[in-house]
Amino acid sequence: MATCPGCALLCDDIDVIVENNRIKETRNACRRGAARMKGCFNRLAPSIAQKPVDIESAIRKAAEILKVAKSPMLFGFSNSTCEAQVKGIQLAKKLGAIIDDTSSFCQGLLIETIFQEKFRTCMLEDVRNKADVLVYWGSDAQDSEPRHLSRFSYFPRGESRQRGYEEDRIAVAIDVRESNTAKICKGHFYRIQPKGDREFILALTDALSGKVPAYEPKKILELAAILKKAEFGVIFAGIGLTYSIKEDMEILVALADKLSNFHIMPMVGHYNMRGFNENLFKETGFVNRVKFEGKAVQHSPAEVLDTPSRGVTLVHDDKYSIVEALRNESIDALLVAGSDPLSSLPRSLVRHLASIPVICIDPCVTMTSKITAVTIPCAVSGVESGGTAVRMDGKKIELSKIIESDYPTDEELLTRLMEAL
Amino acid sequence: MVTVMELYQLLPKTNCKICGESTCMAFAVALLGRKRNISDCTPLLEGNFKKQKEKLEVLLLPSAGAEETGMIVHPELCTGCGNCVVACPVDVANDPRGAAIGCAPTNDKVIFKVVDGKVMASNIKECRRFGKNRVLCYACIDPCPTGAIEFV
Repeated sequence: MATCPGCALLCDDIDVIVENNRIKETRNACRRGAARMKGCFNRLAPSIAQKPVDIESAIRKAAEILKVAKSPMLFGFSNSTCEAQVKGIQLAKKLGAIIDDTSSFCQGLLIETIFQEKFRTCMLEDVRNKADVLVYWGSDAQDSEPRHLSRFSYFPRGESRQRGYEEDRIAVAIDVRESNTAKICKGHFYRIQPKGDREFILALTDALSGKVPAYEPKKILELAAILKKAEFGVIFAGIGLTYSIKEDMEILVALADKLSNFHIMPMVGHYNMRGFNENLFKETGFVNRVKFEGKAVQHSPAEVLDTPSRGVTLVHDDKYSIVEALRNESIDALLVAGSDPLSSLPRSLVRHLASIPVICIDPCVTMTSKITAVTIPCAVSGVESGGTAVRMDGKKIELSKIIESDYPTDEELLTRLMEAL
Repeated sequence: MVTVMELYQLLPKTNCKICGESTCMAFAVALLGRKRNISDCTPLLEGNFKKQKEKLEVLLLPSAGAEETGMIVHPELCTGCGNCVVACPVDVANDPRGAAIGCAPTNDKVIFKVVDGKVMASNIKECRRFGKNRVLCYACIDPCPTGAIEFV
């Protein structure tokens, strides 16, 4: 049995058939997972200024760039193991650099709220065994985490839900479009306008308090009745919901307070994004957007916290997110580990990448690796190297090494980079 | 999926009974159920109906690779989510500690398996649509939002 690093579900029931040190066939993994486990078609080669070199020279050059930089930034880590993430944080500390991951433009806010224990949350095994009302809010689990519905939430029979989806469970989808998840929810799909989540939450809070909601009263009252009857409900909050109410997370906290049997779970895409958030939270008290300055740690948005026990000062500011750092052109070197900002960020923002030296650590050729000053190939974590990762519900899962590889792991590379510094 | 009426509209509609069926509509039903071939309708093979015959062949092409139960899996549409594996009542009965609870199948008695990210049907004789006492089961089609499984 192997663990799939395809998405944050980290399915650990995958069978693989290995032939000549290559994965020939995967069983039980979804299409996304199978593609990830079979490796990349276009393997990254070590290079400096797009000219091939050996890994050692590439590491030395990367160390040189980072040493000279006045305001370096480390970004990515959502597709790295926890061990590599810890090394990344140590490297940022050593450099006095900004460190951020994809969660600053993804589910970071929601995960931070969960770490602050403002919401009740639960494990996916509890969902399988107990949940009777499942709300997919702004999330298309069927496409983003393909095995979510079949492995944990809607279809399986659980200890207290022996009749599974046929009788014991109700799935509700709230989304701006009829996604594939909404197609499965059939009679319980509530279409909302883009950015209409706030209005919907307020109307639902009214309905749960016994008032007639101002917005689509018939549908909202029907939904409120379903939610009230729930014995164990879960709201799977997707990026659609988080983006829509990011300025006002408190209204979701208020809704969760009204629903005493409900739990909230962030739908995470990258396989170890939550791991990075946990590791950084442990170290600094923040989940992303952190700047280490000498002995001080700054975090965005501008919030200064004293942690005398560690002898450091923490500052919290939006300008340390990758989006703001690129927009303000405030960084002069960037190390990207296991991420592809060029393909995931808007064109207007990534323009700055062309004018600064970028170091790319990745197993495969990406759009970012094509414009970088230094490329350093690493092993595919979860396939060519083992480690630990954190599932979307916070459970630690061991990743297994399936095939042998000559490539160093990202943890090893970051350690060597630190030594070179 | 093609309907009986679509097939009927392309037949000669003369109720000539040469094929052995009482009407052309009955022949269309048999054609859809894969009990008859297009070549059983001899007037259709004559020159006047050449275009209709070609259209019929195109319409019936997807069902050519169907299993005995009429099941067709479109691998290009499948995302490997495994909803059908867990929802199939036969899989639940045959593998209560594996497929039934959302985990990987623990034995070979299950009908659906996900291989290389795409679903594959096996043990088709276990399917509720197979055999004399078959029932019109939709358990694997309903949970598939991409339409990767269909019965013809």
